[in-house]
Amino acid sequence: MENKGKFGQFGGQFVPETLMAALEELEQAYNTAVKDEEYRRQYRDVLINYVGRPTLLYHAEKLSAALGGAKILLKREDLNHTGAHKINNALGQAILAKRMGKKRIVAETGAGQHGVAAATAAALFGLDCVVYMGEEDISRQALNVFRMKMLGAQVFPVVSGSKTLKDATNEAIRDWVTNVRTTFYLIGSAVGPHPYPTMVRNLQSVIGTEARQQVLDMEGKLPETLIACVGGGSNAIGFFHPFLNDSVRCIGVEAAGHGLETESHAATLTKGTPGILHGAMSYLLQDSDGQIAPVHSISAGLDYPGVGPEHAHLKESGRVEYVSVTDQEALDAFALLTREEGIIPALESSHALAYTAKLAPTLTAEATLLVCLSGRGDKDVEAVAKVTGVKL
Amino acid sequence: MNELIKTMNKLRKHNRKALIPFITAGYPNVEMTEKLLAVLAENGADVIELGIPFTDPLADGPVLQAAATEALACGIVPNQIFALATRFREKYDTPLVFLVYYNMVFSRGLEAFCRDAAKAGISALVVPDLPFEEAVALDRAAEAAGIINIRFLSPTTSDHRLEKICGSAAGFIYCVAVTGVTGERVQMDAGVDSLLLRARKHTNVSLALGFGISNAAQAKAAAQKADAVIVGSALTRKIMDAEPSNSLSVVEEFMQALRNAIDGGDIDAG
Repeated sequence: MENKGKFGQFGGQFVPETLMAALEELEQAYNTAVKDEEYRRQYRDVLINYVGRPTLLYHAEKLSAALGGAKILLKREDLNHTGAHKINNALGQAILAKRMGKKRIVAETGAGQHGVAAATAAALFGLDCVVYMGEEDISRQALNVFRMKMLGAQVFPVVSGSKTLKDATNEAIRDWVTNVRTTFYLIGSAVGPHPYPTMVRNLQSVIGTEARQQVLDMEGKLPETLIACVGGGSNAIGFFHPFLNDSVRCIGVEAAGHGLETESHAATLTKGTPGILHGAMSYLLQDSDGQIAPVHSISAGLDYPGVGPEHAHLKESGRVEYVSVTDQEALDAFALLTREEGIIPALESSHALAYTAKLAPTLTAEATLLVCLSGRGDKDVEAVAKVTGVKL
Repeated sequence: MNELIKTMNKLRKHNRKALIPFITAGYPNVEMTEKLLAVLAENGADVIELGIPFTDPLADGPVLQAAATEALACGIVPNQIFALATRFREKYDTPLVFLVYYNMVFSRGLEAFCRDAAKAGISALVVPDLPFEEAVALDRAAEAAGIINIRFLSPTTSDHRLEKICGSAAGFIYCVAVTGVTGERVQMDAGVDSLLLRARKHTNVSLALGFGISNAAQAKAAAQKADAVIVGSALTRKIMDAEPSNSLSVVEEFMQALRNAIDGGDIDAG
């Protein structure tokens, strides 16, 4: 039997039987919605008039000069309402939830950016919102927790497992399977069972579609290279996807944490092996028995032992290269962009910038590097102060 | 013939309901698991479901999550569980099935896992995150090893899928009595009766009700609807709550109460 939602051998629907009907219902509703002019108009309308799209494509001249070499363009997803690319996806799914007559959404969150985006979408569309967040992340991202609560969401701390994004995802799925008849699972990345990876990628493709047009307008040609960070991989897949048929190099940057030679990293595609987690087959960080490994990244949004199944396929096909940078390299890039351009990037996005800082000097000024600045760093300021030994 | 099929057929022939207790391998430790398996077999279990602990058991509620976490913290690995199953099956005829999340099967290799399971005397695999659409490869590996990949049904299963699931089932069909995760509940899902009726139209394979069955009274009610009753979290809760020195006798008592209840006896208070 041919299975749905496969990217090569990856993807699929590995969920408890109770959820199969919900996935079927979701797939039908989504397929109908994307063909419906009213859904598309409503989504386009919130992106323009609420999120503030299109986001800027910004030529980072000072950064380019400081690094020497390539011309660096930043796709400013940090300028979106709520401060990251996550809102593109949350609003698209919330409109769908509303169309499906669901009154309650559940979401998982790592850094809190998706939780905030989901809570925002729920406030805007009048939905009840429950966010699951690992206890460890709650302490790292106190500001986002308070923000979600102000937006009317209930935030449940998750104390199982590693108390991070992986465990929050387990708990969100457990809630969904329990309340499946009334609840919509608003997943935050291009992960999970079909149709989520495809749906989230399509919703986030607005990033790459805009960037492609903007760079053509600005430069009269396509960029040489795209760079984006990869945790679950939603900003990267949305950024890369509209360029996949072009001869443009695409580089996904994973979190090497304390270093790939240690066990404290989250470089799933670089160091992982195929397996099944959270409803899909993809790459995983796991031990030889198939137990999911504890992972680490300074960035809560990249601190995940899995990755979207389409990325696993793009790795195997060789279309996208996956590299990694350490916590320290990300912190250095965080400081670099802040000082050079007056833009404070999210620690997630700082991983893309850190690799940009390595690559740019090896290229000429003819080469254009298009970097997805997936979110702003206000949420990380406290964490950065802490690791750099500054008492606030 | 597969031991599980043989047992289920025999029970059906004698018009008896099957009691299928579940325990987590390695909880509270390997030695106790071995003793608990013996107590289950000697106190009315027709089939025993042995859970292989996984780091991310997304179909499980808090009780079985805690048991798995504790078992893993003690360092239990699959090879020990295969050995445990082998030792049990040398002493007892009671069919043993593994509850295992798909990643652990995939990680060992589908063929290797099924072969090792069969060699350890396992009759079937219950894989809670593997719907039948994704089960083709495991079905093939299981069949080659002479074991069964158990099918699941839920109150939310649509008619067109139900027919296909029933058509490819063997041993028993795991019918989920609640929408949700494992764990004790006050009542079953309202869709359970109709689920069992719908399934019965398409299959003669035994229908087992599991998830949420918390006590003898609920087991009795479940046995009146279905061919088999699976009790997991409630049993694990008894083990958790008991004084360690007392847990075997607590389990013995609970098993006897469940057995009595599903055989149609009166329910004692509690």
